[in-house]
Amino acid sequence: MHPAPSVILFSTLSGLGFGLLAFLGFGMPSPTGFMAFIWFAIAYLLAVGGLIASTFHLGHPERALKAFKQWRSSWLSREGICAVAALLVMALYGFGAVFLGANWTLIGVVGAVLSIGTVFTTSMIYTQIKTVPRWHNWTTPVMFLSICIGGGALLSGQVSLATPLLILAGVAQIAHWIFGDKALVNSGTTLATATGLGARGDVRAFEPPHTGTNYLLKEFVYVIARKHALKLRIIAIVLMVVLPVLLLITHSHILAAFAVLSHLVGVFAARWLFFAEAEHVVGLYYGKR
Amino acid sequence: MTTLPTSTAKKLGLVIDLDTCVGCHACVISCKGWNTENYGAPLSDQDPYGENPTGTFLNRVHSYEIQPKEAPAQLIHFPKSCLHCEDAPCVTVCPTGASYKRVEDGIVLVNEQDCIGCGLCAWACPYGAREMDQEEKVMKKCTLCVDRIYNTNLPEEDREPACVRTCPAGARHFGDFADPESNVSILTAERGGMDLMPEMGTKPVNKYLPPRPKDRDRSEDVDILAPFLEPVATEATGFLGWLDKALESMPGSSKGGKN
Repeated sequence: MHPAPSVILFSTLSGLGFGLLAFLGFGMPSPTGFMAFIWFAIAYLLAVGGLIASTFHLGHPERALKAFKQWRSSWLSREGICAVAALLVMALYGFGAVFLGANWTLIGVVGAVLSIGTVFTTSMIYTQIKTVPRWHNWTTPVMFLSICIGGGALLSGQVSLATPLLILAGVAQIAHWIFGDKALVNSGTTLATATGLGARGDVRAFEPPHTGTNYLLKEFVYVIARKHALKLRIIAIVLMVVLPVLLLITHSHILAAFAVLSHLVGVFAARWLFFAEAEHVVGLYYGKR
Repeated sequence: MTTLPTSTAKKLGLVIDLDTCVGCHACVISCKGWNTENYGAPLSDQDPYGENPTGTFLNRVHSYEIQPKEAPAQLIHFPKSCLHCEDAPCVTVCPTGASYKRVEDGIVLVNEQDCIGCGLCAWACPYGAREMDQEEKVMKKCTLCVDRIYNTNLPEEDREPACVRTCPAGARHFGDFADPESNVSILTAERGGMDLMPEMGTKPVNKYLPPRPKDRDRSEDVDILAPFLEPVATEATGFLGWLDKALESMPGSSKGGKN
């Protein structure tokens, strides 16, 4: 799949933002007054910044409001509704914390659940896509949720929780890669089933429909060199999990800031791979798998 | 409304005969022509006369080679457009309701005024039937020429999809699969019409007729004209005869026949 920067930025930034909002909602930490303002500003900048970035890949962003309609069938619609609900409820909770010095536990917990729910709906947008076997399995939501919660713990300064949660996120990410690498083969979809001609002999793409490229090839048949993929996986996991966990051992505030930065870059690399490595079955018709 | 209808009154679709298609791409061109001039946004091209032309097409013809174990290879031309699936994944993923499947005839359409151009429906389609128009930034797909098939301004013989109407080989057939007596239902039953990627669970309405088995292996056949192509002159005479001898006597010439 084409790794669109706007979508990668969205899932990276919003994932971390909603992770932080979830921890704030659960009262970990539970700041009030100006400190609360700083915490909520960071969380909203990440979450809303990501959401705004995501509209950049739309052909008609001015019609984005229409996307709230089809929650009965569409995970993308559910994501929009869940995101707005989470942001509204957490804004109420934040208002109480900043201006009234109050921590309304119930509202916070509802907001936290909605924040994590938003990341879950994001992950389901990809998980539901049967045409990309690498995404269409349980490792996708587990990976998205564990990275959101691990990143949230790290950013909210929950040092004792962050280390095990980040390691869990790393395990989930690696599981997604291991399962994903075999997913296309295990799906049983081949050029033989795509053309229905497999029973007659070996099918080979002889000539494409056109001499140039097209939307389908640009969007769905992005090919990444295997050796670079492995290097990028190592870079992603080191920056996302290993380095932050090592930096947390020092208990230094400045190094903790570096840990967050490192984690963010690592998640960005992992999300780039999430798209770049994803094989859409339409590539089979073009003999590209 | 992006939830799918539980059933549709008609199931309009195409039968594509892989035995008959000659790969002329006439259906590609007629589709592009009709759908640029009619329903919805035109099908744009980018850099059409330049170095790297691309464009939106609703129908594309691939060519595949089949190599059977014990028989000569076969070339199959393979037109591919929207299959108007009964369980269309492109419809349910749409967040706005722009994508929908019609209850009355099962045609899958896009309401371009509601399309936000997120591209998720194209992701969900296993067949590559949907293309985002790079000019209008909305999703384009086969409409089964909904503006032809019911169009009483057209002569009756033209009330079928442009690709079907234009096919010079008669490789494309249009009809109602819900009617077991229709031309398409009979063709599908008689010729073993098949689904593409049945494992995807999309239940495509369009069916593909597999190539008929070859009645005999022609690879060892000798053309009846071959005897007439035997060399006539056995011994060259005159200038050519001299040249032949002169070349023969030169060093490095291989031992072999004349000519």
